[in-house]
Amino acid sequence: MKALNISGLTKTYRGGTQALRGIDLTVSEGDFFALLGPNGAGKSTTIGIISSLVNKSGGNVSVFGHDIDTALVDAKSCIGLVPQEFNFNQFETLLQIVVNQAGYYGVPRDIAKQRAEKYLKQLDLWDKRNQPARELSGGMKRRLMIARALMHEPKMLILDEPTAGVDIEIRRSMWTFLKAINEQGITIILTTHYLEEAEMLCRNIAIIDKGTIVENTSMKALLAKLNIETFVLDLAPVEQAPALEGFTHRQLDDHTLEVDVPKESGLNDVFRQLSDQGVTVLSMRNKANRLEELFVRMVESGRQQKDQGAANE
Amino acid sequence: MSNRNFVALRTIWIKECTRFLRIWVQTLVPPAITMSLYFVIFGNLIGERIGQMGGFTYMEFIVPGLIMMAVITNSYANVSSSFFSAKFQRNVEELLIAPVPNWIIILGYVGGGVARAMLIGVIVTLVSLFFVDVHIHSLGIIVLTVLLTSTLFATAGLINAVFAKTFDDISMVPTFVLTPLTYLGGVFYSLSLLPEFWQWVSKANPIVYMVNGFRYGFLGVSDVNYLTSLGLLVVFNLALFAVAYQLINRGVGIRH
Repeated sequence: MKALNISGLTKTYRGGTQALRGIDLTVSEGDFFALLGPNGAGKSTTIGIISSLVNKSGGNVSVFGHDIDTALVDAKSCIGLVPQEFNFNQFETLLQIVVNQAGYYGVPRDIAKQRAEKYLKQLDLWDKRNQPARELSGGMKRRLMIARALMHEPKMLILDEPTAGVDIEIRRSMWTFLKAINEQGITIILTTHYLEEAEMLCRNIAIIDKGTIVENTSMKALLAKLNIETFVLDLAPVEQAPALEGFTHRQLDDHTLEVDVPKESGLNDVFRQLSDQGVTVLSMRNKANRLEELFVRMVESGRQQKDQGAANE
Repeated sequence: MSNRNFVALRTIWIKECTRFLRIWVQTLVPPAITMSLYFVIFGNLIGERIGQMGGFTYMEFIVPGLIMMAVITNSYANVSSSFFSAKFQRNVEELLIAPVPNWIIILGYVGGGVARAMLIGVIVTLVSLFFVDVHIHSLGIIVLTVLLTSTLFATAGLINAVFAKTFDDISMVPTFVLTPLTYLGGVFYSLSLLPEFWQWVSKANPIVYMVNGFRYGFLGVSDVNYLTSLGLLVVFNLALFAVAYQLINRGVGIRH
């Protein structure tokens, strides 16, 4: 069964801004799915429509077979939402926030309290349960929203930039947690600006830009499209820029060289040429995350195609 | 009502009651102090010089009106500020994403406003006992009138919060509409003291019917028929609930 099925989804806000221009998207049950796109691409609007916070202008959305137009209650029951912005009552305690959220889904109070203990403990928040939410750090607030979204034990969890502004240690612990609940069978849809996060966690991916899907494929297939990687080499200081025949390169300063390496060439030739010129390579790293490069290219090529299409018309 | 909806309604109601009890210094104490001042100044000091009104001492006459004034103000303020805060902090989204029917959301918030109004009503009544012996003509009419009135103004507060975009927007109606209508609604005087034309004008003020219906429950005297009061309250309640339901259903102010 498809966890999420979107067809022809459009949204035009009052004032005329067209946020979605006919999106088709499917997410399989149990998937860990990334929805990526630049700011203003339509990610949050899509999530807003799926979770009933935004009214759609056209198209269809069904969640585990429940159409949001005809079976909204069933569709809502399947979804847990972790929004981008903190949207809990800052004056309520953690326990009140999560227990109330369960109550809105009809979970009786005694069961809600048991689940609150389970999820707040799993997310390292149990010690803070009686504190008002405003006293939490940013990372804790993010984890609180995850705990809250799980209180009615949804089949699908949608996370809109869940690790924004969270330090790397907490981010990694959140990744571990999300992987674990995905392995337990919860379908996860994730939007993020940390593309490393999407690459590490997600099996399938869609890239959205200006309200249209520019790519929708598996993470493996997407990464296979990457045919050039850029490496940054830290050199022992050199007076003259080294020459690298067959490679596009840029000398950034007397000890930093950027080299574009096609997949079929490999790095041996780069090192050989540098050694021949007496250049010592001290260390090396990828300029950017692999997915990040692909992402930028996909978005740019999507825009070029659109511009060409518009010009041809 | 399904079990799920009942749990959701109970949750919203408990959340609302917890909210106004948590900030009791802002919600419960001020009406007690304000009403004590009214009792001392209008009832005791000035009232003694006014003499009888409607066959009762001035203090006995104004007690029901003052209780009603506190009920109206607090039921309205509770829901308008709570729902607007939920919009402002965006925690209303917790409800919007959940399978809670819109009528349950309305009932939950209104129920919270009614609970606060009833509690304030009891507090102000207890305060009044320090100044006067409270008569009770019909407990049924008292309870029915106060329930219907607090429900009406709680629903009105919700509608105000739906449209409000700033905190100023939720204080404008109480300041410029509710307070003048309440003061001119026969809390401090009998309509029979007014010239005929102004009596007629006053009867266009819905609060006149609530204050007088309530006063009838206490004293057995009223400027208008208590059945008319109850009938109007039912009609107004149905009308405002229908408006609130339409607004929430259409997502006005809460959905994009």
